[in-house]
Amino acid sequence: MKIRLNGEEKEIADGLSIAQLLDELQIRSGRVVVELNRDIVCREAHGSTLLKGGDALEIVHFVGGG
Amino acid sequence: MEDLLKLADKSYRSRLIVGTGKYKDFAETRKAIEVSGAEIVTVAVRRVNITDPNKENLLDYLDPKKYTILPNTAGCYTADDAVRTCRLAREAGVGKMIKLEVIGDDKTLFPDIPATLEAAKTLVKEGFVVLPYITDDPITAKKLQDIGCAAVMPLAAPIGSGLGIRNPYNILIILEQATVPVIVDAGVGTASDAAIAMEMGCDGVLMNTAIAGARDPILMAEAMRLGVDAGRKAFLAGRIVKKLYATASSPIDGILG
Repeated sequence: MKIRLNGEEKEIADGLSIAQLLDELQIRSGRVVVELNRDIVCREAHGSTLLKGGDALEIVHFVGGG
Repeated sequence: MEDLLKLADKSYRSRLIVGTGKYKDFAETRKAIEVSGAEIVTVAVRRVNITDPNKENLLDYLDPKKYTILPNTAGCYTADDAVRTCRLAREAGVGKMIKLEVIGDDKTLFPDIPATLEAAKTLVKEGFVVLPYITDDPITAKKLQDIGCAAVMPLAAPIGSGLGIRNPYNILIILEQATVPVIVDAGVGTASDAAIAMEMGCDGVLMNTAIAGARDPILMAEAMRLGVDAGRKAFLAGRIVKKLYATASSPIDGILG
């Protein structure tokens, strides 16, 4: 299925949870914040939140800034 | 009594707040911040690079237990985007203090004041400790303080310009009416600029480019620490009144002849 990940279209396996996707992308969940369709998904819910086709996911973190 | 900068319910010994952008690498970022003595550091919120997620993370170099991480809303042009960014930042678990900036124009990077006021209202209601970046306008400063912001942060000059305090009289008016800390944010170029802000009575100075863009950022970080410290001490000490004519420093009595 297709989702929008950080503004880009991405093909992922059906029924993937956010935690599984982060794992697949080799992203450490402790350093990022995830927003699904404009709602923040807290870290504790990453495992239980399943993705659906057409979902818009944002994965952000802190970078250098002033 | 120790001279501390109080922001909401926390106190800081350092009155220098530094950014983490524009450094050569994270090692240089960490070293400059360490030398600056800053206890509060600003960071930006950005998308993770999906194609190269294993890149090192800024927080691997800046321990949130040691530093107060102050997420900014740099790059936000609307109140909604700024609020959204703050909510994401809070979820990262580094506290509820945020630097609010809603940019009005990418050439000047001056803030959009109506949007800043709108975002500040929402964020204060949501329990954020809001430190807004503003133009050096006393009316705006007063409105934001009345909304419940924990400080006001007028610019000295455009972000990254290094021009120093362009309108000291406006900053003085802001200081005179302030009931919250006044932190000069943006436009400082060198240590004397920081010292001047502190001598005027500002409670702190926030800078990034002035340090990161210096030929030797680590040495400039030290200069800024000393500049802020010197300016603060001079302010507390109370400078002499400026006079047109001389006053002898040596006694008049007992002069030879």
